[in-house]
Amino acid sequence: MNADVLKVEGLKAYYQMNYFGVRREVRAVDDVSLTIRRNEIYGIAGESSSGKSSLIKTIAGAITPPLRVVDGSVKFDFDGRTLDVYAEPQAMKGARWQNLSYIMQGSMNVLNPVRKVKHAFHDFAFKHMGLSERDFWAKVEQHLQRIGLDPRVLESYPHQLSGGMRQRLTIALATVCEPDFIIADEPTTALDVLVQQDVLALIKDVQRRMGASIIFVTHDMTVHAAIADRIGIVYAGRLVEEGPTLDVFRRPQHPYTAHLIGSLPRIGDSRKRSALPGKPPNLADPPSGCRFHPRCPLAIDKCKTDNPALLPRQTGRVACWRAGEVEAA
Amino acid sequence: MSALLELDRVNKDYRIGGFLDSSILHAVKNVSFTLSAEKPEIFTIVGESGSGKTTTARMILGNETPTSGTLRFMGQDIAGIRSRADRLKFMAKAQPIFQNPFEAFNPLTTLDYYLYSTARRFLGIKDRGGVEAATDKALNHVGLSLAEVRGRYSHELSGGQLQRIAVARALIPGPRLIVADEPVSMVDASLRMSIVNLFRELRDTLGVSIIYITHDLSTAYYISDRVIIMHRGDVVEAGDAQSVLGNPQHEYSRALSGAVLPPDPEEARQIIERRMAGAV
Amino acid sequence: MFKILRDLLRYNIEFTIGFVLTLAIFLFALAHFWAPLPAEAIYLLPPDMPPSAQYWLGTTSRGQDVLWQMSAAIWNTMLFGLTVTILSRLLAVAVGMLSGYLGGKWDQILMTINDTMIALPNIPILLLVYFVMRDSMSWPVLAATAALLGWNYDARLIRSVTLSLRNREFTRHAVFAGMSVPQILMRQHLPYVMPVIFFTAMNNLIWAIGLEVTLSVLGFSDINRPTIGGMIYWANQHQAIIAGIWWWIAFPIIAIVLLFLGLFLLAISVNEYIDPRSRLSRMGA
Repeated sequence: MNADVLKVEGLKAYYQMNYFGVRREVRAVDDVSLTIRRNEIYGIAGESSSGKSSLIKTIAGAITPPLRVVDGSVKFDFDGRTLDVYAEPQAMKGARWQNLSYIMQGSMNVLNPVRKVKHAFHDFAFKHMGLSERDFWAKVEQHLQRIGLDPRVLESYPHQLSGGMRQRLTIALATVCEPDFIIADEPTTALDVLVQQDVLALIKDVQRRMGASIIFVTHDMTVHAAIADRIGIVYAGRLVEEGPTLDVFRRPQHPYTAHLIGSLPRIGDSRKRSALPGKPPNLADPPSGCRFHPRCPLAIDKCKTDNPALLPRQTGRVACWRAGEVEAA
Repeated sequence: MSALLELDRVNKDYRIGGFLDSSILHAVKNVSFTLSAEKPEIFTIVGESGSGKTTTARMILGNETPTSGTLRFMGQDIAGIRSRADRLKFMAKAQPIFQNPFEAFNPLTTLDYYLYSTARRFLGIKDRGGVEAATDKALNHVGLSLAEVRGRYSHELSGGQLQRIAVARALIPGPRLIVADEPVSMVDASLRMSIVNLFRELRDTLGVSIIYITHDLSTAYYISDRVIIMHRGDVVEAGDAQSVLGNPQHEYSRALSGAVLPPDPEEARQIIERRMAGAV
Repeated sequence: MFKILRDLLRYNIEFTIGFVLTLAIFLFALAHFWAPLPAEAIYLLPPDMPPSAQYWLGTTSRGQDVLWQMSAAIWNTMLFGLTVTILSRLLAVAVGMLSGYLGGKWDQILMTINDTMIALPNIPILLLVYFVMRDSMSWPVLAATAALLGWNYDARLIRSVTLSLRNREFTRHAVFAGMSVPQILMRQHLPYVMPVIFFTAMNNLIWAIGLEVTLSVLGFSDINRPTIGGMIYWANQHQAIIAGIWWWIAFPIIAIVLLFLGLFLLAISVNEYIDPRSRLSRMGA
């Protein structure tokens, strides 16, 4: 069995639009290569419109025009069965939910407000599990108990449950088929601060017990610190750094990562933290060379013209001409 | 010592539900605090959604009237402001910053329209040159210039820049108080600090008091002088920011501060491992 | 303006078809100013002539040239329809936006009036006006009456758009930027209301023309003034269908259908163009 569950190679996905003669191309995912191993949580960090949502949409094969895959491939490996998302979309359909599932940001988007929770389980999971009705419900109840939910929630409507419980339910829903791969898109962002840790602990616990892989997307670096095994930092549609969480936090190699981590405020420390100058790049008209160079404190002439490749360095990979000289701020 | 803003046992109730099954929601209960006119400060209201912090902000800005209690701004009862002239006079001294900078500007209107309108209406400047000078001066306070903003639309700028323009706009009439409701929750991390640092500067160089409303304890700790923690309409803890956030006493404040994830993988991981062992 | 027109013609096939159709019909209608005979004159030509080289679309039983009658009729019908549409749009926008933005007491008063008007039946009211006015009934009076009856549903629609805009942060921001109510409504909200205005204008125009035709067919209008409805009225009076004078009815109906089609295509393509989302995408958002 292959150690990698997902292999993305040279992936390019652009938004291509044409409004009354104004043609626009937004390079939301620009030449991204990454692999995700079995039984790991891979965090994707990036700011709004950095292309991180487009990246996971593309990985999930859930893109709709104007977003199009221009180049590259996304291959899953489920139990030794290789699935090329963009070469064989039909096979992908069968793998949905059974091998590949999602935990989304707003739990209300998943749960129909006017139907009981049990219908959601039936709709999403029943036909994938190949069980009789009785065995199916037995399995669901067992699964809910494992997740710390009373099986009686099946008989309630979403609005009768608290936000934390609803998010637990969406996690239960995403994991009931014991998928190999889960895409978690900002699952804690809309939650109250008080339940955030519980939900993270639950995701980690379920992941560990099932041995699944999770690609976990959030802009919140503290969430990555708490849960991700490895992190990939996305800037302007490109992966600029990747590595084990601890190493990335302790010894960031890319100046952007160094800034993200250095500027995190902390209770008990009110020393002044600097802000990054400039503004996030416009993906329709990105800067030449390294896309970070207009905001980079270490930029040299080479950065303005040549795009650094993502190269292995120490325990991870980094795309920076001056990677060796970056110190955590 | 005269007061800039004084809240005296302010309550706000809402009637919710239909004709038959209506009930009363106490959104804000008996909130009292005073901001001094002599010493500008950053006063933070911390709370989760439903804590009443936004309702409190809206009452301070005169967008809601309290069910009981009074809010006085520079000696004047805010709920008693009726005429448009009085309202404008009040707005010149108390200005808001909104949560989502992309929502705060109409995407189909150029940004300078908001700035010019503010200068015309509150400063009474008629000629274009004067309006532009006043606008440019305010933009300089936030590290921008009119040349960068003129004729631009909101989608051409980043969230952080927009939020700074919003602050610049609020500064034009020369306010004494700025009420900022979750001003950084929608701003990217790399730009967040520039807004937060800006508030410090406004306090120190322009003497503007700021009411900073947030659910984020880390930035609250970073910039606040004083802080109150609200929970379901009640103020559960109040005082100096360092001691309230660094060493919370009330049960709820302790839970809230315990819920903050530290920006360090090892510490954060331990917290999650403990939760996994305990909760599930 | 010219650039917009060029872009629309180049990139939007619906617009091009609609534009060509409408322009052709407009030019045709405009031609009636150079008609060889006055449009009201009767029995100057041999009646009941089928389409021929001399009379392209034939002549009516009243001795009029169908071609020139139609030219004048389309002009008058369009004039009536547009007057109704513009007047009723102004009313709908004013009432809808004020009601939605001001809310409270104003909203209640305006919407009570609005809903009462919705409940009134149109045709009987117009007949009542006709009987009261009798001889002083002219097309502007009729247009004004129709406009007063034709804005209510759309005012409600515009109100709901304004209502949602009022709760957006940029509206509160505009208030704190010292903008007055007219400034907020015109500068901040109108661009979002424009697509609704255009969309409903089309419906309203069709309704107004239909109303004019209905009233004319029933004979409740100035029947000597050539309109599409008026032509059908006279054709009916002379039992044109039974007499086999099909060209008297067929050509006006074809003309009005083509006009509707052209206007419809124009409206949907312009609507797409002025839609805030499409506008923002073109600006590069």
